[in-house]
Amino acid sequence: MRTLFLALLSLGLAVWTPQPAEAGGAGELKIGITQFPSTMNPNIDSMLAKSYVLAMTRRPVTAYDHDWQLTCMLCTELPTIENGLAVPEKTPDGGQGIAVTYSLHPRATWGDGRPVTTDDVIFTWEVGRHPQSGVASNEVYRRILSIDRIDDKRFTMHVDRITYTYPASGALDLLPAHIERPIFESDPAQYRNRTTFDAEPTNPGLYFGPYRIDEFVSGSHIALVPNPTWYGGEPAFDRIVVRVIENTAALEANLLSGAIDMISGDLGLTVDQALAFEKRHGKQFNIVYKPGLIYEHIDLNLDNPVLKDIRVRRALIHAIDREALSQQLFEGRQPPAHASVSPLDWVYSDDIRKYPYDPAEAARLLDAAGWNVLRQKIRHNTKGDRLTLELGTTAGNRTRELVEQVLQSMWRQVGIDVRIKNEPARVFFGETVTKRKFKAMAMFAWLSSPENVPRTTLYSDMIPTEANNWSGQNNTGYRNPEMDRLIDAIEIELDRDARKLLWQRLQKLYTEDLPVIPLYWRANAYVLPKWLDGLRPTGHQFTTTHWIEEWRRVDR
Amino acid sequence: MLRYITQRLIESAIVLLIMSFLIYGLIGLMPGDPIDLMITADPKLTPEDAARLKALYGLDRPIAERYLNWLSAAFTGDLGYSRIHARPVLEVLRPALGNTVLLMGLSFALALAIALPAGVIAALKPQSALDNTINMVAFAGISVPPFWLAILLIILFAVVLGWLPAGGMGDAGWWSRASHLVLPVAALTLVTVGGIIRFVRAATIEALRQDYVRTARAKGLSRRQVIVGHVLRNAMIPVVTILALNFGALFSGALITETMFGWLGMGKAIYDAIMGNDFNLALIGLLLATLTTLLANLLADLTYAWLDPRISYR
Repeated sequence: MRTLFLALLSLGLAVWTPQPAEAGGAGELKIGITQFPSTMNPNIDSMLAKSYVLAMTRRPVTAYDHDWQLTCMLCTELPTIENGLAVPEKTPDGGQGIAVTYSLHPRATWGDGRPVTTDDVIFTWEVGRHPQSGVASNEVYRRILSIDRIDDKRFTMHVDRITYTYPASGALDLLPAHIERPIFESDPAQYRNRTTFDAEPTNPGLYFGPYRIDEFVSGSHIALVPNPTWYGGEPAFDRIVVRVIENTAALEANLLSGAIDMISGDLGLTVDQALAFEKRHGKQFNIVYKPGLIYEHIDLNLDNPVLKDIRVRRALIHAIDREALSQQLFEGRQPPAHASVSPLDWVYSDDIRKYPYDPAEAARLLDAAGWNVLRQKIRHNTKGDRLTLELGTTAGNRTRELVEQVLQSMWRQVGIDVRIKNEPARVFFGETVTKRKFKAMAMFAWLSSPENVPRTTLYSDMIPTEANNWSGQNNTGYRNPEMDRLIDAIEIELDRDARKLLWQRLQKLYTEDLPVIPLYWRANAYVLPKWLDGLRPTGHQFTTTHWIEEWRRVDR
Repeated sequence: MLRYITQRLIESAIVLLIMSFLIYGLIGLMPGDPIDLMITADPKLTPEDAARLKALYGLDRPIAERYLNWLSAAFTGDLGYSRIHARPVLEVLRPALGNTVLLMGLSFALALAIALPAGVIAALKPQSALDNTINMVAFAGISVPPFWLAILLIILFAVVLGWLPAGGMGDAGWWSRASHLVLPVAALTLVTVGGIIRFVRAATIEALRQDYVRTARAKGLSRRQVIVGHVLRNAMIPVVTILALNFGALFSGALITETMFGWLGMGKAIYDAIMGNDFNLALIGLLLATLTTLLANLLADLTYAWLDPRISYR
């Protein structure tokens, strides 16, 4: 009873004693994000939250920069055929391969003082290609046939094929061999459970970036401090705390109370939430919107007899006003999409078939497709079948549900009855989309990288089936031999101009066949303090934290 | 009595075993496994990768076989690894359990400390202004959505007044921990106190109508003696049943409160485990909640005997 009394007393004191809210101290930056990484090992599971934090502590060998061009981060020069660092060669089985040579940054050093070397590259490759290591996608490692060690800082990779992505062949996230090798070699199948990245995430020897992890409280926050062995520009902040607050309303409240200084655009508010926040508190913060590579679209199930007809697919897209949707719901911050390639990508082509809002054209196409009998304002065909289509998305995603309602209303105007059937994300993605169980339309987003060949989403052998373990992401069931040929050709075309022409044709074909209804390019919304400078959103998969050393506190 | 307790403990063990099978089976029946979800998130994943990962995580085997493997390992003390935390299950649950006991225990104690006197006072003066006020507060507590209340408290005390932290766990110091606890405890107390007040009030009114209360008054006992010795003691029997059932929820945590305030408790751990298809973590978390409910019910049954001497267990 006495203990209870004391506990209640301390609570009472805490309630009634005014206590200043935590404020951003000099040299400290507190970032709010909405997701906690499940593992800190860079190569097990792909997760945005992990990439966000790890990018402050280590760097990939190569990455895309702010202009969406491939650049060296840990290497000193990109290998190209022109500079002699990439040399086409025959593979042992007689195929066409390529040898690419990289040099690691001479001053790249792990936080415990051990240099980053070729040994780390070779170890990372060995872990990546081991079937039991737990590395999710080991295609990139399997393509590397062998690695020749030239010296501590230089190595040559022998890759089993020549594709235009060959300069990025060494885009590995290095593991520290001196720490991880004994753990891996003792039992490769248990490596994912015993990796030092999870057992001891504050070990300085795991990091060689501008910061290293100093405190790790699972589910709550990760604190980082400058890494003295960093070889690049000096980072400005004495301490960075990445705090995880999953609920976005609580995230906003934490920002306003000073518990965090900024909300990450990579993992924070949605654009509609940011727009609402801006109206209430816009003067206190810099709010930056950056459209990127997240392509919000509707997959059409081409096995559906109604959607097999290209006229119906075209009518569907002509019947929706994507410009108005973008303006009304997102104040134009998320621009309408016309194809699967972002206008910010150098391979984007404007020479594509576009579908402006034209309900009269939609009606004409539907009439021509046989849906010309109007009963209670819904179209029927001459057999009496009603034009009803099912549309599904992730339940609880407010933005998508809002878009869904707008689209449903627009389609209703031309006599298409759309029934909404939403499911929780894990059911929708884990079952309905992956196993192609959606009857007609599934609305979701793809996240890609610059100049990303759509092999997994458009190639005919990438249609998920039980036989291929439901892998592949061609959920629409799209098959076009010309598309397959284009994808194959783009991958091996090294000449940029010739490749751009192939990309043009691919985009044109995509918009003519219309296996997907493009909706809009999602934007990231960054809510930043007025005093923060140097944060430049990229719009692609490499998060802003890959350039954390450029972030500065400035007086305005 | 000892024999009765032993028998109940054996029954509890059997219930736990059955529950472990049911929970494992239900999680296994949920659509999509972790690799299916991985496929949608990672375009580079090939069919070979998917097959390799399913074999690695044991997802290519029948659920009964997976369950038996888990059970035999559990009997040797190996409860397995949490897939989404990449750590042993107990390492994940231990701090979560401690945090939940602290949060829920404090709010439970605080709710009882408020609800018991309030419920009795309301019952002693039914339909009075005081009773109406207490009822109104109780209904407000029952009706208010925890999500909304949490946001309201954060805005008032963290944003407007700046007195308390908006969320998180605080650092190791007791003051920091206590200040971070205030808002979640307040939110949980406010949403649970109303229900308990209503139970205490109803049970007290019912007890006041009983013959033994009239007899006690006729014997010339003071008002205090009647209320404490006769009314309260009997009114507590149904209230203890309700409290025992609520106690089970203590270990499954308060998901909404924990999420809103960033408090790392059992509710959130179990929810994340189920959504992330983390079999081991979800299973142990839910079994802990089941065990707590069983033990709380046993405790309630034993309390009946203390409250009412007519009840005995053999």
